[in-house]
Amino acid sequence: MTLTDAQQLGYINAQAADGRVNVELETDDGMVLNMGPQHPATHGTLRLVARLDGEQVTSADVMCGYMHRGYEKLCEVRSYPQVTTLVNRIDWLGSFANEVPFILAAEQLMDVEAPPRAQWIRTLLFELSRIANVSLFIGDLALQLGAQTPAFYAFRDREFVLNQIESVTGGRFHPNFDRIGGLKDDLPKGWIAETKAAMVRLRGFCDVMEGLVYGNEIFQTRTRGIGIIPAPIALSYGLSGANLRGSGVDWDLRRDANVGLVYDQLDWKVWTHPDGDSYSRCWVRLQEVREATKMVDQLCDGLPSGPIMAKVPRIIKVPEGEAYVATENPLGQMGYYVVSKGDTGPFRVKIRSASFNNISIAPWLLRGVYVPDIITILASLYFILGDIDR
Amino acid sequence: MADDAPTAEAEAPDAPEVATDGRREALRAIFAEYLGDALLDSAIKPGQGLWIRVATAAWAEAGAVARDKAGCKYFDFLSAIDWLPSPYGRYEDSSVDVPFPPPMPDRSSAVPGYAGGDSRLQVLASVAKTGTDLRVLLKADVPDDDPRIGTWVRTYSGAAWHERETHEMFGISFDGNADLRNIYLPTEFEGHPLRKEFPLLARVVKPWPGIVDVEPMPGGDDDEEEEATVAGEGSDA
Repeated sequence: MTLTDAQQLGYINAQAADGRVNVELETDDGMVLNMGPQHPATHGTLRLVARLDGEQVTSADVMCGYMHRGYEKLCEVRSYPQVTTLVNRIDWLGSFANEVPFILAAEQLMDVEAPPRAQWIRTLLFELSRIANVSLFIGDLALQLGAQTPAFYAFRDREFVLNQIESVTGGRFHPNFDRIGGLKDDLPKGWIAETKAAMVRLRGFCDVMEGLVYGNEIFQTRTRGIGIIPAPIALSYGLSGANLRGSGVDWDLRRDANVGLVYDQLDWKVWTHPDGDSYSRCWVRLQEVREATKMVDQLCDGLPSGPIMAKVPRIIKVPEGEAYVATENPLGQMGYYVVSKGDTGPFRVKIRSASFNNISIAPWLLRGVYVPDIITILASLYFILGDIDR
Repeated sequence: MADDAPTAEAEAPDAPEVATDGRREALRAIFAEYLGDALLDSAIKPGQGLWIRVATAAWAEAGAVARDKAGCKYFDFLSAIDWLPSPYGRYEDSSVDVPFPPPMPDRSSAVPGYAGGDSRLQVLASVAKTGTDLRVLLKADVPDDDPRIGTWVRTYSGAAWHERETHEMFGISFDGNADLRNIYLPTEFEGHPLRKEFPLLARVVKPWPGIVDVEPMPGGDDDEEEEATVAGEGSDA
């Protein structure tokens, strides 16, 4: 593993910084290809500056920050309940999952535990967020490879999950539903049956996608053996989620470091794939959606009765201390390091988002690949811009 | 000042009923063995976390020990904490009577958290052992006058971007990381936004009515259990 050639990158940056050109045909040392910040093949405003030798990438640099909103600074002036509204916007496809680790960290500092029913509903919404998020990934993946239909299927079937999230929380994308000590509300009447019907539908979606996308010869040719990440490299870059498990590392925080959720009471398995290529990352995600639908079924069946809020004071003051809680979010591990000084708001919050680490491997991974593979590799790493920039 | 932190040594006599955490203590013993005197302080919250503070000069070595000796091959994150209280408070009051910029808080008011510390800025990193819930939160002091510390990129490749972020947000330099360009902010941006003296201008020009938000709702004063059930420091609310 060598370090980035800073001089070379500096030169590329100097050329690309003012955004003069998208393609520069200055041929003494290859060609600079600037993708983004607005480019159909990048989800959101990720900018990629690649130096090419013919069709091959000799070095690539990722430029983010077009969507930096300074959440860590903003958290310092918010009260604890207000922070969930902010962090909803980090990974906007699986919003509820963003709230959970922060709330768990605050609960850990306050030594509060949510009642069992709240923990079950949290887990339920957490997995629904995962399904909504990753099912869209599968459609988007096919779209980036040139197939339009799967994207429509994904948007159509995701709607069934979003409807269920909306009927509980009132928000399709930004639920802001998790509270310190429990949840804002209980489930509405008839929700369980509707959710189970939606899960049947989503399992059908997975089966369709498995044949339509994953079994497709073009898809396989373009992803198998492309963008291989060996496990030690994945660990040293701190990849997480399917990117890590697609490299054969059997580690899932839901199973191994479960905090405050009820995964230990469910019957499920962690999917891994030994290959480490683009295909394995996508394949692991598909299996995780399917596994999540089964988990949702079990959660619906086993839902205990009882209160959904623990007794917490009206004005939440968190005792002095530090806590770090990470959960296995749709994109990978997401954690909050919360420092409290006994105030109504946090003193410092470090947001460890999955995509920031996941995309930091791109300069290493893209070196030597061909231009069309940039698209599949970035798609298979699966990032959300809000999750990189925060 | 570091006495407030619940170091394991301080906790043992006060709270004998607290469960000890053998796995995290074993992990700490590995660091103590290889780092020797460079391990300055540590804290364990049983079942929750292990904090280790190492000497500034031993920061890079601590990363190598974590990866090679302690088995924490997974790089989680690297960041920093500014322990100085914000001169702006929480921007809740009107700024009319307050001079801008307000006077900086006294240096001695920077109280470090777990595992203690002497400097205003501290770097903080987390590494984890895959397949388990064990992770180590490493801290090191960064000198006030010359915020500079060793790099982790030779141990953990993923640290490169995190050090870039820490560099622009806190102004801490990492010796050995050749690529400390800004990652989020424009190249010509001045200041380090996550330092406490950096103003959040949106709040300075229009103070946030945050204090109003946490007042009791009208008609909802049935809080007989308020402040009662959760042990904490909120008794002066």
